[in-house]
Amino acid sequence: MGMGFIQVALTLVIIMLLVKPVGTYMVKVFGQEKTWLDRIFGPGERLLYRLMGVRENEAMGWKKYVGAILASNFVMMLLLYLVLRLQGSLPLNPDGIGNMGAAQAFNTAASFITNTNWQSYSGENGLSYLSQLLAITFPMFTSAATGFALAIAFIRGLVGRQDNLGNFYVDLVRSITRIFLPLSFLVALFLVFQGIPQTFQGAVDVTTLEGAKQTITRGLIGSLEAIKHVGTNGGGWFGTNAAHPFENPTPLTNMVHIVCMMLLPTSLVYAFGLMIRNKKQGWAVFTAMGLIFLVMLSVIFVSEYRGVAALDAAGVHGNMEGKEVRFGISESALFTTVTTAATTGSVNNMHESLTPLGSIVPMAEMMLNNVFGGKGVGLLNGLLYLILSVFICGLMVGRTPEFLGKKIEGKEVKLAAIALLIHPFIILAPTALALATNAGTSSISNGGTHGLSEVLYAFTSGAANNGSAFAGLNANTDFYNIGIGLVMLFGRYISIIAMLAIAGSLAVKRVVPVTTGTLRTNTPLFTGILIMIILVIGALTFFPALALGPIAEHLAMPH
Amino acid sequence: MNSALTAIRASIVLMLLCGLIYPLVTTGAAGVLFPKQAKGSLIEVNGQPVGSELIAQDFASPKLFHPRASNAKYDPTASAGSNMMIASEDYVKSIQEKIDALHKENPSLTDIPADLVTVSGSGFDPDLSPEGAKAQVPRISKASGISEQDLNALVDRLTKSRQLGVFGEPRVNVLEINLEMLKMVQKP
Repeated sequence: MGMGFIQVALTLVIIMLLVKPVGTYMVKVFGQEKTWLDRIFGPGERLLYRLMGVRENEAMGWKKYVGAILASNFVMMLLLYLVLRLQGSLPLNPDGIGNMGAAQAFNTAASFITNTNWQSYSGENGLSYLSQLLAITFPMFTSAATGFALAIAFIRGLVGRQDNLGNFYVDLVRSITRIFLPLSFLVALFLVFQGIPQTFQGAVDVTTLEGAKQTITRGLIGSLEAIKHVGTNGGGWFGTNAAHPFENPTPLTNMVHIVCMMLLPTSLVYAFGLMIRNKKQGWAVFTAMGLIFLVMLSVIFVSEYRGVAALDAAGVHGNMEGKEVRFGISESALFTTVTTAATTGSVNNMHESLTPLGSIVPMAEMMLNNVFGGKGVGLLNGLLYLILSVFICGLMVGRTPEFLGKKIEGKEVKLAAIALLIHPFIILAPTALALATNAGTSSISNGGTHGLSEVLYAFTSGAANNGSAFAGLNANTDFYNIGIGLVMLFGRYISIIAMLAIAGSLAVKRVVPVTTGTLRTNTPLFTGILIMIILVIGALTFFPALALGPIAEHLAMPH
Repeated sequence: MNSALTAIRASIVLMLLCGLIYPLVTTGAAGVLFPKQAKGSLIEVNGQPVGSELIAQDFASPKLFHPRASNAKYDPTASAGSNMMIASEDYVKSIQEKIDALHKENPSLTDIPADLVTVSGSGFDPDLSPEGAKAQVPRISKASGISEQDLNALVDRLTKSRQLGVFGEPRVNVLEINLEMLKMVQKP
């Protein structure tokens, strides 16, 4: 446990050291002023704009910005769907995989366009190499870039003086050319160096030492793994995801995966502070998220080391069920906390086999959906809670609530409430529906409270656009493919529209000068209030469901 | 209409850039820099591939080190991890049975190596903990005639320590140690 603690702490230190430089770089990428970056990336980007028919200097108001997000995402989703449906007759299919069925192709296209990466298929026997490239690797870039663009546009609305949120296509292209592509390329090479395959050759047959035949599936895995974590996507080449030695061969690849997942979501919070010219505000939000993260990490860390009491007495210490030897308990606990905090959704251990208390951590993080969170979206969820906190504080002390000098009024609070309430609604309503119907319950693999957790986890994962799973649930049925497919789309796009509407509304508001009567939102006191509001709202919404699932399971654990 | 056209053109251009050019360039560079890893870290004996260093294979002979249990039956075309519900009487009972079986092979064992009685996450965990390997030594020694001392020394020699001294856990690659052991047997 001692060495486990040290490696976890060291990984977190590495992330903290990167937050400032990367956050500063991000501000440069999306800034209006010319920088040295334009000299390097400008020519290539202008070529892309010409090919796309994008006018670089065209400004977009919030409606136009939303329109561009929805239109481009719709077209991309259609392309993914077509590739999956036709993969059997398209090239680059060395292992001879057939076409994907309609419901599963809808689920998969929705999953990858929304940055969820929920997988009701297993890549090694469900996708051709072309699909892994065009229907998986490609949207890993654009869905992450879309989330980024959204966050940047929102911040522009907060600090802006008019309804001009920038140009969606420029933000999209810049985050790909200046952040995601170069970073993924370097990370991919390191991953291959450590043992991840990167080849067009299909599966290879070997004769094992005992004379049996083993067919070892391979592919272009390094390039997928890199953007999978840099873009907090999470979909694996294989069914068992980052537990698979070809996706995560060494403790070092595990560490790099973790750092890649946390790098951009944490840096974005710092970049937010820079962009609003109020670093203290950035750190206030960062602290709130960081504290919740540390509490979650401690819970799962201790719970997995304690394992099952009855087995501890028999000489088996800690819970290694569904975990890999090279990672052990500490690296597995850290990975689980990070992958659900950053809403990545890849797994390096099987969440279904976590201890009940340990399994609350990924569920709770997805339910809160703002502990750093996925590309851009996590920060925005955090800011929504912040707006709500400002509003509630304002009511309590009888002042007009303001944030960054802009009055928070009925319209913004209503939109924030929609964005926040849709999340529990699309988790709890489908869970109830699934548990009440045969179509829902027949997919459950483990009975009782644990079975309830399987279903609850699935819809939470879909709504939070996370993608991890209690993998015992058979999700490849029409009910779950279509149900979770819709939940993922609602979870992504309803809040995107609401958030940009808030941005558009705030952008045109007059800035109120700061006075002694202004509620300061960058103080430790306010950070405390923010944490309380997040936890109280989260607890009120989800505690009953968690009590029926993992909490009941924990209380009934064999001693 | 204009904006719909932009959406279509942008989608196709980015699909080619991120979905084809990026993985192609990466494959080219990786193939030149790390050709062995890029092809799956295959291990050859007498020119024939016998497995991948990273993928566990099924060893049933009592003379060999056994890998961790696999829900995928060690078949890489259908990976599967453990989806066991651990907080249940059934689970405790099934582990207890595995502990009893282990005690039969190695009666002196007090602390049970957790990796030996649990199912791996990937279905292909290529490693054992050093304790998990050593727990198998009495059985292997009896079946193969190699002394326990030599086998324990072999485990120690092939144990990989934490990466950079910090990350991960100490481990022994099962395919590697079995290949080394076969060499010991073949020596006159």
